[in-house]
Amino acid sequence: MITEFGHFALVLAFMVALFQMIVPMLGAVWHRPGWMAVAKPAATAQFALTACSFGALTHAFVTSDFSLRLVVNNSHTLKPILYKITGVWGNHEGSLLLWVLVLTLFGAMAAWFGTGVPPALRARVLAVHASVAAAFFAFILFTSNPFLRLAVPPFNGQGLNPLLQDPGLAVHPPFLYVGYVGLSMAFSFAVAALLQGRVDAAWGRWVRPWTLAAWIFLTIGIGLGSWWAYYELGWGGFWFWDPVENASFMPWLLATALLHSAIVVEKREALKSWTILLAILAFGFSLVGTFIVRSGVLTSVHAFASDPARGLYILGILILFVGGVLLLFALRAGAMEAKGVFAPVSRESALVVNNLLLAVSALVVFIGTIWPLIAEMIFDRTLSVGPPFFNTTFIPFVIGLALVLPLGAMLPWKRGHIRALRPLLGAGVLAVAATLLTWAVFTGHSALGPIAIGLAVWLVAGAAVDLWARTGRGAPARRRLGRLARLPRADWGKAVAHVGFGLTMFGIAALTTYETQDIRIARPGEPYQVGAYNITLLGVGQVQGPNYTSAMATIQVTDQGRGPEVLRPERRVYPVAGMPTTEAAIDNGFTRDIYIVLGDPQDDGGWVVRTYIKPFANWIWGGALIMALGGGLSLSDRRYRVAAGAAGARRRAPNGGVNGGVPAE
Amino acid sequence: MLVLIMALGLPMAAAAVHPDEVLDDPALEARARDISKGLRCLVCRNESIDESTAELARDLRLLVRERLMAGDSDAQVRAFVADRFGEYVLLNPPARGSTLILWLAAPALLLFGVGLAVAYVRRQARAPAPAEAALSTQDKARLQKIMKG
Repeated sequence: MITEFGHFALVLAFMVALFQMIVPMLGAVWHRPGWMAVAKPAATAQFALTACSFGALTHAFVTSDFSLRLVVNNSHTLKPILYKITGVWGNHEGSLLLWVLVLTLFGAMAAWFGTGVPPALRARVLAVHASVAAAFFAFILFTSNPFLRLAVPPFNGQGLNPLLQDPGLAVHPPFLYVGYVGLSMAFSFAVAALLQGRVDAAWGRWVRPWTLAAWIFLTIGIGLGSWWAYYELGWGGFWFWDPVENASFMPWLLATALLHSAIVVEKREALKSWTILLAILAFGFSLVGTFIVRSGVLTSVHAFASDPARGLYILGILILFVGGVLLLFALRAGAMEAKGVFAPVSRESALVVNNLLLAVSALVVFIGTIWPLIAEMIFDRTLSVGPPFFNTTFIPFVIGLALVLPLGAMLPWKRGHIRALRPLLGAGVLAVAATLLTWAVFTGHSALGPIAIGLAVWLVAGAAVDLWARTGRGAPARRRLGRLARLPRADWGKAVAHVGFGLTMFGIAALTTYETQDIRIARPGEPYQVGAYNITLLGVGQVQGPNYTSAMATIQVTDQGRGPEVLRPERRVYPVAGMPTTEAAIDNGFTRDIYIVLGDPQDDGGWVVRTYIKPFANWIWGGALIMALGGGLSLSDRRYRVAAGAAGARRRAPNGGVNGGVPAE
Repeated sequence: MLVLIMALGLPMAAAAVHPDEVLDDPALEARARDISKGLRCLVCRNESIDESTAELARDLRLLVRERLMAGDSDAQVRAFVADRFGEYVLLNPPARGSTLILWLAAPALLLFGVGLAVAYVRRQARAPAPAEAALSTQDKARLQKIMKG
């Protein structure tokens, strides 16, 4: 009964979305306030109905209602309750329902908190947003309905892959989805602005919090996925340039670019049409990502749905929305007249460089990702485009970005002078010193390591110099320290996010360049040396888990001068799945991880043991977290609470907020 | 990532190179590892033979080491493997024929982008600075028109 209710709610939500797509839009065109105002209750209803529907599906999973096909395929009565719930989105249909739930939540939030947005713009935004929702409702109802019943329900379900029963992985998809879908808000604002033919600083201020929020979630989502791969896949890789990973990485790159160009629109009313284009592309690439994952056109084993009808449908949505909107853009972009003029040496120019590098790198990743498909279809060549290609082509862009970032962050708006960069001299010297030192100490490794480490130092020191410079020159240090604490949150957010980028870069450079590996057959009781560590296999015992049996090794690791550490890597066998898994044992540290994997037993009583010393591994995800934290700080800046919350923003800053009270970004 | 796991599943669970495969000469072994990272495991998709636990990957790793022992250069080893298993095995697509487009895409796009950006910035810099003033005179004219009308 509850299931039917959920199904019905979903159909109703689809109807509401269709209504919300049409009526407020016509209201905006014909200037009918009543028609426009209807968008708000409609957005609320759409969200409420979708939430009911999602709740009903969750109920079916929690109560193990095996009359639902989806529950049979993805759940089992013995599964812990947490994984029964996360199982709701651990499959194609359920994950799409989560997708529209987030989509409608964002729409409702725009309706509730967007009171500062002019009514006509808001009506258009919500109508465009509803049209995206309608397309996905139709997709779910017609091709991927989660509420389909089975005539003869089985006694139990088929369970979930044991590897997926992991808390980190359980929350990874929702984070990514909030990120993807958050970009739809920027898309809706962009399309509404095109329809309306007007983009101003206020528009930039409304778009940026949404983009920022989406970006924070994308950053955390991607970081979680990477971290999971590191500790679970058994050899400590953290990024594979897999099509599915790239599908989340391209929107992230474009969202990062959008975040920065929206600042230029907001502060200086320049780069308007480019920002609109970026907003369209960022969400477009979210759709491309969905297409890649759902259609399975690329390396199909990665997709949980290899149903061509679904892929075609998403391709249709993609062409209709992105193609149609790009056409609209081509027709209307000329009307977006730039107001703010800037000199070649200025913050604006630096942000143009940022956007150029981020957008081109996203396109390069895109081309690399789809190239096997193009090569096969057009040139009749079956080939692979793997990590070596992506590393070669992508790394130069990162180096360029890192080089320019601290410089651009210090340049004043509108018209700058090289003099403004003088405080960075110390940071530059420090960075060069770090490069040379790393180079000299660790000879015989790739040259990229020292360069990347120098750049990381440059980023972190540059952010610190920038913050310090904002406290005013000439004042005594104590006064400046006091001012430091009172700097706007946006300034702190910017510095913190840039430091996070530097830390991630440092972690990646250190891990990929200076890792130590050791592979050997270890015999119990015989110590051996890996790097600075003394390692002894004490023994291997059999352990019975709840639904697996495990060979668990006890390995003692001694560092000079520190007490012994015991690590317990395992080899598990899940009888139901019939496959072995390895559980690496990781000793997490601030400067290094010791990562030990247990391999096969040997006839003579020894075991294959793989030991990796991974320097600064945790800095990769720590940096990502700090980037997200920086985004959060920026989002919590008073200006955005004002902008998102109330019409006060317009009252306070009638000329669009470019006046003196606004902190420089 | 979720999807990645569902599909790749368990075979990915352990690192691959076995102690008995490791060559005695560390320089040669380092080269073998480097080459292995650029060769695709044909039965597991999106894993290099260096990472894969599959039997075929092991055979390929042994083949690479055999060729290195026989004195082949890195390029010769890659060519040897590609001749037998097809271009698909190379994770780093060789820059010839149509693949040149792929390799040139990044520099070409970058150059194109730089051209656009430079043109934009220069046009910006040259544009009349007080755009607001120009608008307001227009507005004044319109206002006068309205007043007259």
